[in-house]
Amino acid sequence: MKKESEALLELVADWKGIRESGCAYSIREDGKGIERMSSDDVRIEPKADGSGLDIYVRPGAKGAKAAIPACVTHAGVNDLVYNDFHIGEGADVTIIAGCGVHVKNGEEARHSGIHRFFLAPRSHVLYEEKHVGRGGDRGTKRSIDPVTEVHLDEGSFLEMDTSQIGGVDLSTRKTVATLGPAAKLVVKEHLLTEGDERVTTDFDVVMEGAGSAVDLVSRSVARDHSHQEYRSRIRGEAPCTGHSECDAILTGQGCVLASPALDALCEDASLVHEAAIGKIAGEQIMKLRTFGLTEEEAEAKIIEGFLR
Amino acid sequence: MLSLHDIYWSTPDGVPILKGLSLDVPDGALTVVTGPNGGGKTTTAKVIAGIVAPTSGTIMLDGVDVTDLDVTGRARKGISYSFQIPVRFKGIRVRDLIELGAGHALGEEELCSTLSKVGLCPKDYKDREVDATLSGGEAKRIEIASVLARHSRISIFDEPEAGIDLWSFNGLIEAFEEMKKEGGTQVIISHQERMFQIADHIIVVEDGRVAREGTREEVLPTLFSFRHCPMDASVEVRL
Repeated sequence: MKKESEALLELVADWKGIRESGCAYSIREDGKGIERMSSDDVRIEPKADGSGLDIYVRPGAKGAKAAIPACVTHAGVNDLVYNDFHIGEGADVTIIAGCGVHVKNGEEARHSGIHRFFLAPRSHVLYEEKHVGRGGDRGTKRSIDPVTEVHLDEGSFLEMDTSQIGGVDLSTRKTVATLGPAAKLVVKEHLLTEGDERVTTDFDVVMEGAGSAVDLVSRSVARDHSHQEYRSRIRGEAPCTGHSECDAILTGQGCVLASPALDALCEDASLVHEAAIGKIAGEQIMKLRTFGLTEEEAEAKIIEGFLR
Repeated sequence: MLSLHDIYWSTPDGVPILKGLSLDVPDGALTVVTGPNGGGKTTTAKVIAGIVAPTSGTIMLDGVDVTDLDVTGRARKGISYSFQIPVRFKGIRVRDLIELGAGHALGEEELCSTLSKVGLCPKDYKDREVDATLSGGEAKRIEIASVLARHSRISIFDEPEAGIDLWSFNGLIEAFEEMKKEGGTQVIISHQERMFQIADHIIVVEDGRVAREGTREEVLPTLFSFRHCPMDASVEVRL
């Protein structure tokens, strides 16, 4: 494995710890799988057409773990991978994914991971996904376009913790989900854009089953001249609860456009959206300055906490 | 010794709030600043902390003019301030705020001790965010704890009793008394009889000036004849 790859994988997936933990894993470097291991609870198999992986989690598995990070280390790579996660009934698993892209000034590279989740009844997944960009900051075009497709069967539960903290020039992040009876989806998104970076987040969730619930929370910081768009659509077709929240901090000339949409097609669907966008409140800065922090230090602490 | 000399301050739209206010805060003592609403108590506290810059006048700390020091500079000189209305932060946990106040990472024992002083069960609160999910009373107690953690030379508390239940308030009184034993200087903006009882020094601010000041024994009896005193005159005061 290249040195750049090790550094990127450490950033997105705490790679060394995972390799030593004995959990199932697969590493993808510059568009090719280079290392793979299954465990008693998680079987990782390459797709027959070479387009990606099938990951099977044993029914009833408890505390299982799998990591499938990817990295792109040089210009000219356009990596597209399809990974399908098949979660057995009653299984409980943590899945760690993400991608790091490293290119120098004036170079381009792209990674797009299409991840599909099929959760059997009463299964639970904690899905942690992190995206980072590194290398030069002039004229680069690092693109990461993750697509997450979620199918939740009865009583299943997927928690998604996803972050993209700077360095990615262009990104479209799409999440679509279909929820069955009593299924639950919780998504926490953390974004930071700087310079001229642009990111669009797009959630589309359909609650088909009675008693299903979704909670989408996006916290973002738009710095410099960066641009963000937050779109979400929650559609309630049965008695269900849905919540979409976009909180954004603006610094410099950054901008955020938020468009949360709710479609209630059942009188017992309870759907809520909120969006709060603005600069850091002066009283927050002042409070931390009474601790002896400078204005810049106070702002950094507030943003660090906000994006945690 | 902290001294304010002839301080003036007006709101941005020109309403005068402080009109030549002068006072001394004795070292190592607990000073309660009281007086009618709108008289200038909170503005006085903010002037001391450097949150509000006076239009004119001088602020001296140990004989050194600190008038031009901003809020960061005053904090680094050992002046801390507990806001009357607690500030909330999405994402910053109670533990983070207390540690920012202390200026360093805290061990579990010290963190728990600080939260216990304001009547909060540490295990229930230390990992909660200081956000809108906290009640007003909870947020207020965390605000006070963040200042207690600083062990500052001069600690200012703006109406610490606001929103605090009776049981927690008793604990707070003990915390202030403990700070006094440790030699810390405290300035407490308050209307509470219990605060008057533990005060060494009382300053009455009215209409932007000091109307009277002195020891508790000197000032407390006069509060009952003070026309605008917000205290209920029927309250029994024990000296």
